[in-house]
Amino acid sequence: MSTLWNVLPYVVIVLFLSGTAWRYRYDKFGWTTRSSQLYESRLLNIASPMFHYGILFVLAGHLVGLFIPDSWTSDLGVSEHTYHLLSLYTGTAAGALTVAGIALLIYRRRTTGAVFRATTANDKAMYLVLLGAIVLGMWAKLTHSTGDGYDYRETIAPWTRGVFTLQPDGAQMAGVPVTYQIHVLAGLALIALVPFTRLVHMLSAPVRYLFRPYIVYRSRDPKQLAARAARRGWEGAE
Amino acid sequence: MRVMAQLAMVMNLDKCIGCHTCSVTCKQAWTNRSGVEYVWFNNVETRPGQGYPRRYEDQERWRGGWELNRRGRLKLRAGGRFRKLASIFANPVLPGIKDYYEPWTYEYRNLIDAPLGDDFPVAEPRSVLTGKPMKIEWSANWDDDLGGAPEHGDLDPMVERTRRRAAEKVRFEFEQTFMFYLPRICEHCLNPSCVASCPSGAMYKRTEDGIVLVDQDRCRGWRMCVTGCPYKKVYFNHRTGKAEKCTLCYPRLEVGLPTVCSETCVGRLRYLGVVLYDADRVLAAASTPAETDLYEAQLGVFLDPEDPGVRRAAEAAGIPYDWIEAARRSPVHALISRYRVALPLHPEYRTMPMVWYIPPLSPVVEALTETGFDGEDAGNLFGAIDALRIPLEYLAELFTAGDTGPVRASLEKLAAMRSHMRAVNLGGPPDDSAAAVGMTGREVEDMYRLLALAKYDERYVIPTAAVGDARALEESALPQDCSLDYEGGPGMGPPGVGTDGPVGADSGRRSLPLVSIENFHALRRRQTADTPGETATGEQGES
Repeated sequence: MSTLWNVLPYVVIVLFLSGTAWRYRYDKFGWTTRSSQLYESRLLNIASPMFHYGILFVLAGHLVGLFIPDSWTSDLGVSEHTYHLLSLYTGTAAGALTVAGIALLIYRRRTTGAVFRATTANDKAMYLVLLGAIVLGMWAKLTHSTGDGYDYRETIAPWTRGVFTLQPDGAQMAGVPVTYQIHVLAGLALIALVPFTRLVHMLSAPVRYLFRPYIVYRSRDPKQLAARAARRGWEGAE
Repeated sequence: MRVMAQLAMVMNLDKCIGCHTCSVTCKQAWTNRSGVEYVWFNNVETRPGQGYPRRYEDQERWRGGWELNRRGRLKLRAGGRFRKLASIFANPVLPGIKDYYEPWTYEYRNLIDAPLGDDFPVAEPRSVLTGKPMKIEWSANWDDDLGGAPEHGDLDPMVERTRRRAAEKVRFEFEQTFMFYLPRICEHCLNPSCVASCPSGAMYKRTEDGIVLVDQDRCRGWRMCVTGCPYKKVYFNHRTGKAEKCTLCYPRLEVGLPTVCSETCVGRLRYLGVVLYDADRVLAAASTPAETDLYEAQLGVFLDPEDPGVRRAAEAAGIPYDWIEAARRSPVHALISRYRVALPLHPEYRTMPMVWYIPPLSPVVEALTETGFDGEDAGNLFGAIDALRIPLEYLAELFTAGDTGPVRASLEKLAAMRSHMRAVNLGGPPDDSAAAVGMTGREVEDMYRLLALAKYDERYVIPTAAVGDARALEESALPQDCSLDYEGGPGMGPPGVGTDGPVGADSGRRSLPLVSIENFHALRRRQTADTPGETATGEQGES
């Protein structure tokens, strides 16, 4: 069992990185949000910000929970119980926002004819995993909410950090409640799926927009006469 | 001074008959694909009318283009960088498909597949978005030729503004209506707000010719450009999830051909040419405080290619010699800066548009003649311009942010040209109409040549991107002429079209481009033809 927890994260990381590189090289043209706002904007204007802001909060919560060690927060004088309540309330609020957003988005996708027609099998699989990961996470958290709750910072967090310091300790995952284990598996599946679904758009968050000049000028490449670079083997003779 | 070159267009609205040939050929060339069924890079609107998409000129609602903030600096009307990123998950001011129109097709299969019955089978309209039967309620040209004007005419945002300024000048009663056509493409602005709105940096203005393009590999479908463009000339391809827009047919321009819309224009009303401008002055001009001064400000950005100083600076800036020469012969520069008859569309959006329009005069002449006056007499015409059936105020809302001065000046020049040319053609003494509009007779005659005769190579002065030269060089390696090919000579052909020579279609002189003329079908036809004559006709059809 601990071998699984040692190997799986690296499989996911390799899939994520190589998948992203592959997608960028092979399918730059398909690298888009595939927005359906043109078809329907009334529901989207409410649901999409709800979901996206919610999931960004959830992401931030996960980063804090998994990558900030227990000792740091206790040094700041935050007791275990305070931390648990903080994570429970903010996490649940963000999670509820996310779930409400995605539920509304899925309702919209199913009921708006044009949007449903533009939904691919890939999208449906992605929605299943995404919704699964979120709901399982909420489930795990809320079923262990009494008292000080389940202290994942003793087990899951060190294991996560171990993955990145190349010292994975799968044994730490042995005593973790099954609901949490399933949530972690669903989360890993989601990360592995990112490069192969429309989720790739998250990797192109346009932060550089804040720093570039408004008007972009570009020159024609004198060596490249066509709009796209020549494929390998078809370059001009020179 | 930082000299840059821009390929720009002028359209002479007097000549537009609203036939939509430009729209159709453009669509066939560029947007006959799924995902862009509703997209018209070129469309022709009847004015007054709501335009396409509906009421796109209502910037209070659609928030396109630039505005000045309290400190007098330019800002995007739809909000700056932080606002853009904060609203990236759902663009609050994106036109929906219904603001354009829901594209549809017909269930043609039913016409031949329907079972035998008492009724004739019909082809039902089907939405291409949902695949379901739909009721057709609007389309790109629903209000063409004022169709439905009594009902929809008041929805034209420019009619609303005209009425606010000039009371009841615009009427839709049958006896008092007016209309003209306004063909629109992307403006390829000097200060493009779509480019500024793109979070991914996928949109750009080409340094060589100023054409504004979308990099399809870098577009991530954030849709801010659609909002940013006040002319709503960037479209969202709902199949690929990427923005698409008019490319000014850059693959054609690069080899010296005019755009598809220009080439196929029945009225020959489009002009293409180079304009040199000072890129350092663009920002200041676009920030001009008063909206009515923006037209003059934009004129101030353009440089006179006859000025040797400008030419030296252009050369120093790396603009090729043939581009500078093309700028001197540019019909666009002539109509915009020299004769000042062309006006920009909606300068108040502060994007510095580069497709300009000569306002329509024709109905005045007609109307005057009908009342028994001499419709081409300068005195009568000048007086009639203020009482135009198309109110000056309406034209001014379109072209000069409401200032009737430049529109009147332009129309007066067009009127003076008619009067002057009539005197010339009738052999009478030249009247003083040219002087009355501050032009010399010579200038008026030159303008007449450009506007009325409008020869192909004077309408389109397009320097190539040297790709054309490369081809010519390639072909110069092959003989251009056969020295034996003269009347009665051994080559037996008068030099000219369709001479096959004694050995078949591919020998001897060819009047068409030599390279790449051979193809599979030509070869097969030659090999399977019964008589050489068949081959020749086939070949001509092919080429």
